[in-house]
Amino acid sequence: MSTSTDKKLVIRCLQKILPTESVLHKEEDLRPYECDGLSAYQQVPMVVVLPETIKQIEDILSFCTNQTIPVVARGAGTGLSGGALPLENGILMSLARLSRIQNIDIDNRTARVQPGVRNLAISEAASSYGLYYAPDPSSQIACSIGGNVAENAGGVHCLKYGLTVHNILKLEVITMQGEHLTIGSDALDSPGYDLLALMTGSEGLLGVITEITVKLLPKPEAANVILAAFDDVATAGQAVSNIIADGILPAGLELMDNAALRAADDFVNAGYPRDAAAILLCEIDGTSAEVADRLEHAQNVLRTSGATEIRVAHDEQQRAKFWAGRKAAFPAVGRLSPDYYCMDGTIPRYQIANVLTRISELSNEYRLPIVNVFHAGDGNLHPLILYDANIDGELERTEELGGKILEICVEAGGTITGEHGVGMEKINQMCVQFNSMELQQFHAIKHAFDPDELLNPGKAIPTLHRCAEFGAMHVHHGQLPHPELERF
Amino acid sequence: MPDNNDKTEILCDQVLRACSSKTPLAIRSGNSKLFYGRDVQGEPLPLDEHNGILSYKASELVITARSGSRISDIESALDEHGQQLAFEPPCHSDQSTIGGAIACGLSGPARPFHGAARDFVLGAKIINGKGELMQFGGQVMKNVAGYDVSRLMVGAQGTLGVLLEISLKVLPKAEAETTLAFEIDAVEGHKMLRGWLIDGHPVTASCHYQGVLSVRLSSTENSISNAHRKMGGEVVANDLWQQLRHQSHPCFEQANLWRLSLPPAAVIHNEDDQLIEWGGALRWKVSNNDLFEQAQRLGGHATRYNINSSPAQENSSDEIFQPLQAGMLAIHKRIKHALDPNNILNPARLYKEL
Repeated sequence: MSTSTDKKLVIRCLQKILPTESVLHKEEDLRPYECDGLSAYQQVPMVVVLPETIKQIEDILSFCTNQTIPVVARGAGTGLSGGALPLENGILMSLARLSRIQNIDIDNRTARVQPGVRNLAISEAASSYGLYYAPDPSSQIACSIGGNVAENAGGVHCLKYGLTVHNILKLEVITMQGEHLTIGSDALDSPGYDLLALMTGSEGLLGVITEITVKLLPKPEAANVILAAFDDVATAGQAVSNIIADGILPAGLELMDNAALRAADDFVNAGYPRDAAAILLCEIDGTSAEVADRLEHAQNVLRTSGATEIRVAHDEQQRAKFWAGRKAAFPAVGRLSPDYYCMDGTIPRYQIANVLTRISELSNEYRLPIVNVFHAGDGNLHPLILYDANIDGELERTEELGGKILEICVEAGGTITGEHGVGMEKINQMCVQFNSMELQQFHAIKHAFDPDELLNPGKAIPTLHRCAEFGAMHVHHGQLPHPELERF
Repeated sequence: MPDNNDKTEILCDQVLRACSSKTPLAIRSGNSKLFYGRDVQGEPLPLDEHNGILSYKASELVITARSGSRISDIESALDEHGQQLAFEPPCHSDQSTIGGAIACGLSGPARPFHGAARDFVLGAKIINGKGELMQFGGQVMKNVAGYDVSRLMVGAQGTLGVLLEISLKVLPKAEAETTLAFEIDAVEGHKMLRGWLIDGHPVTASCHYQGVLSVRLSSTENSISNAHRKMGGEVVANDLWQQLRHQSHPCFEQANLWRLSLPPAAVIHNEDDQLIEWGGALRWKVSNNDLFEQAQRLGGHATRYNINSSPAQENSSDEIFQPLQAGMLAIHKRIKHALDPNNILNPARLYKEL
């Protein structure tokens, strides 16, 4: 599919499946789809298609299977790992136009939605019934639920309310072979294998999701937040462990280091204690009585854990202000530096202090500042490496530093990705986390769904060949043998 | 010091040999859930001696144990730190192991409120059907690297891999627990219950049986007494939930018992011998005919559930589990093939074809 004649033929065939305006092929129309939320990786696809019906999706997939053309499905394109990066010789299928909320079932507390529905739109639609959809990735205003399922998206409230996999009941899926599968059901469990878990977080490699049934939860009666300041990051890390060991399960437990909290405070005037080495935001929700009891309990634990200052939001407005700083942390950090690179490693909580120390050593070694904002409650780190893409070689050094941070996470008993996915970005680190037998097992599972490897090929699971090359590069200790070669 | 309870090597060898000779293996641990599936004819692969807690830190909310560890041992370790297996796995005997609980994927009364066995699995070490030792997931709360093979093991009853080690998320126990009872029929009782759930009362279990709705509340003392004031009802003993969890309640002694997993609001009839849990989503019913069609019509599925009978014979046409629709069966076979190409791991335990 490399010549322009072939491309013209593909366009003509797709125009038989879809209205002409739903098949994009001109350079200027394709450009907006060249990357997802990770703009460091860019590739213009051969064609973009915008189906609006299940039948069109089915026909597109069948055409691609017959012509052996790879397909990448995409939701809102807010992903942070290059999972929706197009392929030069492939079709990018945007599911954004499948954006209907089909049904909200109050008695069963579920919502049946199309994949292009925005995460927040579900909670908004359920709100008048006192219900909401719990997973809340920071991109929830824009990100689509289909993408959330593909990435097993998390958010601030995971520790208590779980990830996407814990909050969905049923998927309608079409495979590259044209099979229609109903995975899961409206009941709480289903016969056979747990394909719902297998599909969730499979990064669009196994099937195209055409409908999702999510669970809705009752909105908690009350919620409040404690802001605790510490004069040392490690002490703050230890406080996180103490809270959890003492039997408190916060709805959110977030840590920001000094650089992050200052940036956020400059940006939205959150009223943070600017001299603190770190702050914790500890949110408690539940019934009013429960919240009152647990706020008291949590303050005691924070005090004995060495907090230098403790503030409890005295009203809803102050609570919103405390959170505004955390929610604005990424854009706030964006003002500190021309570019930043967001990592996503997860570690056991007791390793927080140790890993943060090693990250700070690496930051000095590479002379690249790192700001830490993270979901401390579940040990999910988001170190932000500050760099300037206009300085020659700085992106490469940043990526190398990022790779090292992920390897430290694996060494500490953690993982290279907590919620952003592997995509293109962390594909080399998959070779660190898994051995060749495990990777081959992943490929065998992929083949059970997509024997011709046409669905989002090259993402999420590296080939053994790629790992061999990465291993060889590793020997040189960061000095890449061929810096001129493309390295994903 | 050698760890005598680590049988990894022996087990790998046995699977490897079975793979090359294409000998079916019957995976066994506590032997307490034999009834839950079809009979497996094969060379026994015993896991009960592969046991022991490998790591547990209360501040991490994670426990890692070998599959042959008894649930009772795991729960006593957790209890010391005020923590629990929040999915309340049923133990049909004191021999029940964590490997068996995860392989069967059954969960107790708290399931709709805290989550199911699969929701708490963070990682697993397994041997696949080729005798390869592999590790998936991990010991952290969030992990999206690679396909979720560890959760795929839950409910697969060993047909996709021999479970060696399992990492589970655990939760703190609530400060207090109270059971409220209401004399009311099933239909009206569940209407009332749905209202309480939307109101956000700290409900962690429900049961309707013989004209009585029982509701468990778990939270702080203050929160429970507030909820009791609003909900009414009579405070009764908490022991019902243990009987339901371990399926020692008289309801489970009945012959021809069926487990129906349905959307919680699926139509309910007032029937005397029916026991309803999970806010309406789990119903236990006696029937001489199979209930597969009925369950499917209501949007769920049925399972033949006879604790006291021996497992259905290899060639029996009686399905234990709801038959899979053709497309789903095809993908199940391909997944089975991807993990166990010679079909040696608990063959036909779930379905004749797997």
